[in-house]
Amino acid sequence: MRPFEYASPKSKEQVSALLAARWGETEVLAGGTDLLSLMKDEVTAPSRLVNIKGIQDLHGVSNSAASLRIGALATLAELSNNAEVKRQYPDLALALGDAASPQIRNMATLGGNLCQRPRCWYFRNGHGLLAKAKDGKSLVLAGDNRYHAILGNQGPAYFVSPSTIAPVLIAYGAKVRLLGPAGARELPLEKFFVIPQSEEEREHDLKPNEIVTDILIPPASHTHAGHYEVRQKEAFDWPYATAAVALVMSGQNVQSARVVLGHVAPVPWLSEEAAQAITGKTITPETADRVGLAAVEKAKSLGRNTQKIQMARVAVKRAILKAGGVA
Amino acid sequence: MDDSPEILEEKKNKKEKKRKSKQSSSGAGWSRREFLKISGVSAAVPLAGSLVASASVLAVEMADDTAVQGPGKAPVTLTINGKSYSAQLEPRVTLLDALRDQFDKTGAKRVCDRGTCGACTVLMDGKAVYSCSILAIDAQGKAITTVESLSEGGKLHPIQQAFIDNDAQQCGFCTPGFVMATKGFLDQHPNPTLEQIKNGMGGNFCRCGTYAGMRAAIMQAAKATKGA
Amino acid sequence: MADNQPDYNWPAPEKRSLIGKRVSRVDGPDKVSGRAKYTYDVHRPGMLFGKVVRSPYAHAKVVSVDTSAAEKIPGVKAVHVVQGPGSEIHWAGDDVVVIAAVDEPTAADGARAVKVEYEPLPHFVNDFDQPQNVADDNGPLSLNDLVGMFRNQVPDQQVISKINEHGISFKVDDDLLKQLHENKINEGIITALQKAPVKEAVKTASPYKKEAEQLRGEPDAAFKEAEVVSEGIYGCPVITHCCLESHGSIAEWTDDDHLFVHISTQNVSGVANEYAAGLKVPTGNVHVHQDHIGGGFGSKFGADRWGIYTAQVSKKAGGKPVRVMLERDAELTLAGCRPSIWAKVKVGAKKDGTLLAWQSESWGTGGPGGGGAPPMPYVVNIPNQRKQHIAVLTNIGPARAWRAPNHPQGCLVTMSAIEDLAAKLGMDPLDLMIKNIELTKPATDTYHRAETYRDELMIAADLIEWKKNWHPRGQGSGPVTRGLGLSIHTWGGRGHGSNCALTIQPDGSVNMKMGTQDLGVGTRTAILIVAADTLGLPLNAVTLDIGDNQYPASGGSGGSTTIGGVSSATRRAAVDALAQLFEKAAPALKAQPGELEAASGTIRVKSAPSRSISWKEACSKLGTQPIQVTGKNPGPGDLISSGVGGAMMADVSVDTETGVVKMNKMVCVQDCGLVINLKTAESQCYGAMIMGIASTLYEEKVMDPTTGRMLNPNMDFYRLAGIGDVGDLVVHMMTGKGYDERGPIGLGEPPTVSPAAAISNAVANAIGVRVPFLPITPDQVLAALNPQGGRNATV
Repeated sequence: MRPFEYASPKSKEQVSALLAARWGETEVLAGGTDLLSLMKDEVTAPSRLVNIKGIQDLHGVSNSAASLRIGALATLAELSNNAEVKRQYPDLALALGDAASPQIRNMATLGGNLCQRPRCWYFRNGHGLLAKAKDGKSLVLAGDNRYHAILGNQGPAYFVSPSTIAPVLIAYGAKVRLLGPAGARELPLEKFFVIPQSEEEREHDLKPNEIVTDILIPPASHTHAGHYEVRQKEAFDWPYATAAVALVMSGQNVQSARVVLGHVAPVPWLSEEAAQAITGKTITPETADRVGLAAVEKAKSLGRNTQKIQMARVAVKRAILKAGGVA
Repeated sequence: MDDSPEILEEKKNKKEKKRKSKQSSSGAGWSRREFLKISGVSAAVPLAGSLVASASVLAVEMADDTAVQGPGKAPVTLTINGKSYSAQLEPRVTLLDALRDQFDKTGAKRVCDRGTCGACTVLMDGKAVYSCSILAIDAQGKAITTVESLSEGGKLHPIQQAFIDNDAQQCGFCTPGFVMATKGFLDQHPNPTLEQIKNGMGGNFCRCGTYAGMRAAIMQAAKATKGA
Repeated sequence: MADNQPDYNWPAPEKRSLIGKRVSRVDGPDKVSGRAKYTYDVHRPGMLFGKVVRSPYAHAKVVSVDTSAAEKIPGVKAVHVVQGPGSEIHWAGDDVVVIAAVDEPTAADGARAVKVEYEPLPHFVNDFDQPQNVADDNGPLSLNDLVGMFRNQVPDQQVISKINEHGISFKVDDDLLKQLHENKINEGIITALQKAPVKEAVKTASPYKKEAEQLRGEPDAAFKEAEVVSEGIYGCPVITHCCLESHGSIAEWTDDDHLFVHISTQNVSGVANEYAAGLKVPTGNVHVHQDHIGGGFGSKFGADRWGIYTAQVSKKAGGKPVRVMLERDAELTLAGCRPSIWAKVKVGAKKDGTLLAWQSESWGTGGPGGGGAPPMPYVVNIPNQRKQHIAVLTNIGPARAWRAPNHPQGCLVTMSAIEDLAAKLGMDPLDLMIKNIELTKPATDTYHRAETYRDELMIAADLIEWKKNWHPRGQGSGPVTRGLGLSIHTWGGRGHGSNCALTIQPDGSVNMKMGTQDLGVGTRTAILIVAADTLGLPLNAVTLDIGDNQYPASGGSGGSTTIGGVSSATRRAAVDALAQLFEKAAPALKAQPGELEAASGTIRVKSAPSRSISWKEACSKLGTQPIQVTGKNPGPGDLISSGVGGAMMADVSVDTETGVVKMNKMVCVQDCGLVINLKTAESQCYGAMIMGIASTLYEEKVMDPTTGRMLNPNMDFYRLAGIGDVGDLVVHMMTGKGYDERGPIGLGEPPTVSPAAAISNAVANAIGVRVPFLPITPDQVLAALNPQGGRNATV
């Protein structure tokens, strides 16, 4: 790690002023489980770290008729055991309780989970988010892309969005609230994730001097949700593909659906094709499989990641069956 | 961090001006950072101004009540196993390195140093955490519990005894981390199932391959600690 | 037995108080409490911290090194250039400069301030593609080739024939001879080197080195005779040791020419030689100490380049202690590569399963040194064979011995090919193996090897309920299918040279000293078990000091040689000491020394146990002089043997939609002669299975073709098994008559050999097709099921 200055503001209004207007000069410290690794590997080398954990406003969970508000600093462990989360969004509680490892869940915050950087091994080894060789060619395309994107992979970004929680939140229709020098703004969570087009950009719609303050989830009493992760190990393993679905039922039929794939694209992938394929249908293994197929219709292999297409398809199928209570 | 020294110098000048005007208007006295600069402690950070954009180049306004420390050494006080320990540390020193290199608490091991392997596991306010992924300066005010505390006075904790009875260790390098992870796990799951162990003990790795003994040890320790 | 030679033989079963029982490891309390101090934990007064500048290039020439900025940094105490201008780098991460500073952050700042200019050279990290355009002869062997063969533990005979066949490109001068002798290189090799013609090295750009074809019997005729021929391709990539305690040391000069090192080593007594050679000081001036070691697995025998330069930078820092422990990325990148193997195999048999012929074309890399062929066909000596191996020279990193060097690779290829043949024959592979079990008989059979295998296979089959659970290939229904697989393995494991000192004090206390090390296998406990059992004392009545080269020398812990070495040396020392004690105690018991025995904390008359005195009282007869004896291995009496066998079976479930393999159960049946401590012996087998599960399902050193760098030098993506990934594990040790009388034989290697083959076979049995290459990750399984995709384009 390079040396840095360490600031601990007490109110969220102070934060923007402590953050630089350019990426990389400052970083926000919350749980730190990802950031410290990035700093040790000098993937990022901020000269100031702004520890926001002392800001009380960013903690806590509160329920209202409009939404459940989760402070960005709520830890994954705390949320997975939160009574309101378990009652209203049981599938989210499951995903939170299954994320990473107990030690990570005890430290990592929900805001940090959404802001964690991609695990692309070219990025982590210091080749940049877009992983270009000196001659401008993609290291990912020329190299080992077994874990890389199968959707949204027309370039220049090929990494996959790393959060296993974001797809579930997006399926539930969550929003994210940000605070910066220009004040607060709110985005549907799916819009918070963007595919960078140059090394100067990041994979979030977040300005360098903005922070995530809250996550808001609309009520979901009529929603049937389910998610599935294709991963090899029982615990603490990055998945090849995940899928999260939230279905609103009308009798036996799906009235509306949100189908989100994770670890398949540089952003959590909200699949319109999949949603369309299930809308109006009854949930059976056959319809679920067709939804899976629709979700990967536009998927494309980069060479070593062909089998991820099959895994994504199965993840969607199994998530739908779970949500429908069929499996 | 691509700024050339010239640009850095320019920024620094701007920043100096801002700070001066701010100080004269607020009259709030020295922030901790100013003090450190004047006392020369920050000179211990060698690369400022050459390879690294030192924090002082950042043109930002500082709220008066925002504590700012570093990049040089700052006083850090940690509560470890109920006792208070102090040292002068740069903010970039992790809790793990502080425990091991400053306070001779070498039970927690440095293995992956990236929050993956669990060998550095300690409890912070009763919860299992990776001490490699927490800054020492950020762990102030928390109750840190290390493996050394479990057998203070020489009597082994039931978890430790269970690890011995079931030979849940070979080289032993991962063992203190596993013992602390088990403590954190059993505190929350006093009657664990094997399924819960899979997930709840999934944050630690052993290379010699002692999981068979470990599963038995965790079950034995759960029985032994029940109600304790 | 000569009258004056005491009886060193292992005690009869009814006389054993500790040997063969389940004894908790004696250092358990230290390890669970964090009190056990590893090299990484040592904090010497005034200690400086090292940080290393490493090459980002896999192959390059160092053009210039500028350390001036680093030297000016306050807190940087010494800078040492390890590889200066002109040096050639052969793998990414290789050491270039080391900085010693007052603390770690400052050392890191110093390292960052060093400017190194490189001239990048072409690198090659693709060992997977089948070699094309391979020259038949790469010219004479270079010194590097020779060292590479030693490192890869190529059998001595193979080395000799290569020297004879190719000649050498270097002079065998006195210096080299001295080094060869110091390193205890086989005399036959040294003679061959002295006789070998010295030829000019052939410059070749090819990374491939073809070995001479090996023939046995008449493979062509045998394949014609074969009624069924099965062909397949199999392999596993380079993997890395990933010791949890990384390699490294703390070096300090206690005066101008005396070095004191704490080093994480498998070779406490032997490593000083390397320091002496590297630093030009007498070996006796190098004091080596290690209390505990956090994993080695074959990768920690040498002082290593970093050990030497740690001492050098310490010298530059006025002799102050300097700690250099490899960081995780370096540990994974350069501190250990197990060579890969890729092989195209053809096996022929009669319809009844009689194995007739084997043919293999194989290749693999052990890094820049190339590496040798693993033993194939493994254990099952098919009568007719044709084998061709090509060593692939790469910039992946230097090979190091890994538990049972070359055996897991040979075993995987062989057992997979035999299982594929069984499927083609429509035979149960267990039946096929039993049918051919006589082929497992070694050329010199020191015990009934084939029968042992048969017994072990039958016990394993019972434990995994083979006959109930096995089904012909690919007959599962639903997305999740279950399968069973098996494998057998062998290893030598004869005890190494070992010395110990045993002292019995007049107050009755007993101490042992031995320059050995406990890698976590329970060496301390084993030594104490043998000593205490022999002296008739409880375990805690004997104290033991190990881990220091000022104690009597003991061999390095590699090749499963430790248990035989330390326990036989201990036995001899304890028997000799006891004989002296009997002399002193005999008058008090009004008996002849030869009539006495030590048991239950007493010295007593064998024929009349009630005539006894306590141990303490017996020792008081010593007066003021303690008994001091040394024990040796080898030594009088026939206490140890070599050669063991084992069988493993795996039961897996495979999700054919996602490709995820889950371990249901694994069974290990193993012999190791006389078991000294049943508890830690079983732990060795559990550990071997778990380590094997990881290397079969998860581990791979992933190299980037463009940069030549390792892509996963972290524990996020260099993946190990977790507690939930290993399934049920069952160990059965073969003990009792037929085994015990062979004496203790090492156990660190043998059970590590079979897991990959057993699991790969179980997966093939489950899904109906072979997943050809390890690791058996979900994408590889799906690629095998769906040949349209995945990584099977090039072979």
